[in-house]
Amino acid sequence: MEQTPLVEVSGLRKFFPIRKGLLRRTVGNVRAVDGVSFSINAGETLGLVGESGCGKSTVGRTVLRLIEPSAGSIKINGNDITAVGKQDLRALRRQMQIVFQDPFSSLNPRIKAGEIVGEPLKVHGVGDRGEREAKVADLFRLVGLRPAQMNNYPHQFSGGQRQRVSIARALALDPGFIVADEPVSALDVSIQAQVINLLMDLQRDRKLSYLFISHNLAVVEHISHRVAVMYLGRIVEYADKTALFAKPLHPYTEALLAAVPLPDPALKRTKHRVEGDVPSPINPPSGCHFHPRCPYAEARCRVEAPVLRDVGVGRQVACHLR
Amino acid sequence: MSATISHSFWNNVSYNARRYPLGVAGGIIMIVFVLAAIFASAVAPLDPFNTNAKASLAAPGPVYLMGADMMGRDVFSRLIHGARVSLAVALGATIIGSGIGCAVGLACGYIGGWFDLLVQRVTEVMQALPLLVMALVITASLGPSLRNTIVAIAIPLIPTVARVIRSNVLSLREMPYVEAAKATGMSEWRIAIIHVLPNTLAPLIVLATAQLGSTILTEASLSFLGLGVPEPYPSWGRMLSESAAEYVRTAPWLVIYPGLAISLVVFGSNLLGDALRDALDPRQRD
Repeated sequence: MEQTPLVEVSGLRKFFPIRKGLLRRTVGNVRAVDGVSFSINAGETLGLVGESGCGKSTVGRTVLRLIEPSAGSIKINGNDITAVGKQDLRALRRQMQIVFQDPFSSLNPRIKAGEIVGEPLKVHGVGDRGEREAKVADLFRLVGLRPAQMNNYPHQFSGGQRQRVSIARALALDPGFIVADEPVSALDVSIQAQVINLLMDLQRDRKLSYLFISHNLAVVEHISHRVAVMYLGRIVEYADKTALFAKPLHPYTEALLAAVPLPDPALKRTKHRVEGDVPSPINPPSGCHFHPRCPYAEARCRVEAPVLRDVGVGRQVACHLR
Repeated sequence: MSATISHSFWNNVSYNARRYPLGVAGGIIMIVFVLAAIFASAVAPLDPFNTNAKASLAAPGPVYLMGADMMGRDVFSRLIHGARVSLAVALGATIIGSGIGCAVGLACGYIGGWFDLLVQRVTEVMQALPLLVMALVITASLGPSLRNTIVAIAIPLIPTVARVIRSNVLSLREMPYVEAAKATGMSEWRIAIIHVLPNTLAPLIVLATAQLGSTILTEASLSFLGLGVPEPYPSWGRMLSESAAEYVRTAPWLVIYPGLAISLVVFGSNLLGDALRDALDPRQRD
């Protein structure tokens, strides 16, 4: 059962310096990602959830080194991508790709869809012109588009189709790992299901690993195998999907699940909701970052920061009380 | 292969010609002027330099189609020869100024940091001076000639274009499609050329066509001050400025025709520019 994970991230940090004054002195840091570790096995989906501004998108971009991490290591297929130079990184990029949230701005409006999908092949010098075109046609079929649509410009596609083009582009180099940064959040609900199912089918056929970033718990529950809950730059709970949704341990996870709209008006809300906003990552609260909003907070929570500790098989939580 | 490409190119041109009739009109105006400038000696009915005391300030008629100036030189012929200078200055200065400005703006927006900071301060200093004053200083130090006039007018255009392109590039480089290209391992320069530059085309065309007219007028002012293209070679700007004050009442043709020529070129280039901007934008097609 034990296998080496395809993606292994440990101690990932990303601080954005805040500079002020004429000399651009650093007066503080936005601790967007503050010590995040996780691993993803081949063919597995890790759901990464949290409120806006909790750093989940920064994690996605840093894992691909689209943003340089401040600290930590990121291993993909055993290669530490934080340690390699530009040239080696370019080669390693074949193994990892990304699908973005906004289907409108993620495709260059001036380039035909076929060229967009074929671009990664061109960059890495795969095949000759004819071979690349054949491969792009295959990719179009794979994601449920017609090869004839290769000559269309992005504006001639619907939102869902554009997302399919994005997925085709991400698949062009046959990567093992794809970061899906809120890939369905901007789509109509009916289209969301189609794109999610496409992602799941592709995963089954190609043994893809996903880091699936979302704030939509229903979608995450559907697609993920394991789930990491992020709060203010840190992972507060990490568990199997079924375990997490059956019994959330961290008060924040509990609150998130309680906030999911119930389709039945007759059902009454049981648990509390989280009040207030996410605190500033420039100046996070002392102790447990969540304590100002936590209904169970005790004196200890205000002083001592909880560490992520094991509570049962494959389950971790960062809370003093659980 | 090349046959199919040129075939689709002409298909494209005829398709867009039907879509943008105003652009076609603008294009025709520009082509007529450019042809007149190139074949000036063949087109002009009279010698533009030949003075004739008897014909001084002659009204438009069968010999002098657009009248004659104080020295009895044919206005129509001078206008056609003047197109050479005026168009060379207008197109030359606009293309050089926009081209360099575009490169500077792209570099600033892309490289950023100290380079950007430095270049931005320099452009601010340049923009603090009026276009004419700066062109004056440059021609005064380089000496009057056609080439120097073009350079003198092109340089003050650079900061305006550079700033517009820079701000455009700053927003474009944050677009997810640029990030996606980065994720595929594309080099920064290739991203700049393939993904960023083409998307700055629309503001660039608008800016360039707007500046075309002002370059002709700047050349006129320089000529009026004796720092433009040297006498006796005619330019529209000088024909206009020489006669505007003195003869506007007694011989209005000396003012009207050069003024009309300048207006037509500005009008034509604006029509053409607008149509080009739309035609080059795939979102405007169906």
